[in-house]
Amino acid sequence: MTLEYIVAALIILMIMGAVTALETDNLLSSIIALGAVGFLLAIAFLFLGAPDIAFTQIVVEILLLIILIRVTIHRDLKTTTAHRAMFGWTFAIVLIAFLTWFGLTVFEEFPAFGTAVMDRVADSASVTYIKEGLAKSGAGNLVTAVLLDFRAFDTLGEATVLFCAILGALAILRQKAHKHSKEKDQEADAA
Amino acid sequence: MIYSLCLILIGIGLYGILTKRNIVKIIIGFVIMEAGVHLLLILIGYRMQGEAPILQPGMKLSEFITRAVDPLPQALTLTSIVIGLGVLALMIAIAIRLYERYKTFDITEMRRLKG
Amino acid sequence: MTGMSLIVKTVCRWLKGFILLFGVYIVLYGHLTPGGGFSGGVIIACAFILIFLAEGKLVETKIFSKNVAGELDSVGILIFWAAALTGLFCGGVYFKNFITTAAESHFKLFSSGIIPICNIGIGLKVGASLFVVFVILAAVKIVVPKKSDNINDHEEDEK
Repeated sequence: MTLEYIVAALIILMIMGAVTALETDNLLSSIIALGAVGFLLAIAFLFLGAPDIAFTQIVVEILLLIILIRVTIHRDLKTTTAHRAMFGWTFAIVLIAFLTWFGLTVFEEFPAFGTAVMDRVADSASVTYIKEGLAKSGAGNLVTAVLLDFRAFDTLGEATVLFCAILGALAILRQKAHKHSKEKDQEADAA
Repeated sequence: MIYSLCLILIGIGLYGILTKRNIVKIIIGFVIMEAGVHLLLILIGYRMQGEAPILQPGMKLSEFITRAVDPLPQALTLTSIVIGLGVLALMIAIAIRLYERYKTFDITEMRRLKG
Repeated sequence: MTGMSLIVKTVCRWLKGFILLFGVYIVLYGHLTPGGGFSGGVIIACAFILIFLAEGKLVETKIFSKNVAGELDSVGILIFWAAALTGLFCGGVYFKNFITTAAESHFKLFSSGIIPICNIGIGLKVGASLFVVFVILAAVKIVVPKKSDNINDHEEDEK
């Protein structure tokens, strides 16, 4: 029961960090507030018995902060604090209200905190992984066993998605082709 | 109650995406939304008095089965986190190119995008 | 860009080996302790990014150019894919764990079949690709257009 309060306090801190990140004028401070959200998320993962995820979250958060700061720090930043037009506001409010209603309806059906879904579903896959993971794959870390043995095809798809994202970033940032397209744009403007 | 707090986190991210004008703030909203979703997935798999799904030498398997948390959402969240970093790099690349073209991060001044 | 001050460079020269060692440990022991290819790969990328940030752009051509990193990226995914295909030929199922392990070799470094090989492949892939994307993002030269060139033109177009 106490763990529920600890995690709830961590999530409340994360919400405060998120609001700060979105509402601060200075872009650098908002990125650092985003870093606070990520590290609190890692602490929450540690409390919830997921050291694998906590580890990855810390490392990824560091790299994310480096990339974001490296991109924004040398620019002459004019921070725009104003919001979008009225249509955007009304649309946002309607969408968030719908999301809240939808979520609250769904969460009524959820089991209480602390009873895993795998206990409620008869013959679920997770129970099989826990029971036979060591005997079948030989790996002590069951997360790795699921990731690279039982569901390795999923990981192959993940590697493909990462490859495509990186390829897209490389194609967008390539210098030579960009100059070419810029000339084309200017010709189009002139015409 | 704790699931609703995750929902608030997702809602804050959505609010940032929909109402902010600065493109870096939109990316920040995206990351916040991702954090909420990951936390919700891990919370679903948690079991009271649970321990990490990692077997050590000398552990009894029968005791471990009753206490270990769900490894399946953890594995899928792990891939999702790394994909999130790759997609963020792609978004940052597009933001850099937009900045170079229009000299601003403000999306309302990027008039060519409005068709 | 010539890099940061002498103090930063010296500290990085001391630290980079330890960070790299830690990353390799996380990758190799991924099937026994928390960690694995993903987090270990990101740590390895972080070690190279630290060198890159401290020493400046000049080091990129000397030690670890982005072309080499791009090839390592491909090598990582090919290792993973080759492990999957070998399972198909030996066991008849894609991603079959074809190296069976006896019960007494559990919790040793050389155990659990193809999982360490896949971990190494994933670690290479993630580390190399993230390093490449960081180098590209950091090294890109921003050519800022004159404000009168573009934006006003388009506004006139719209009118």
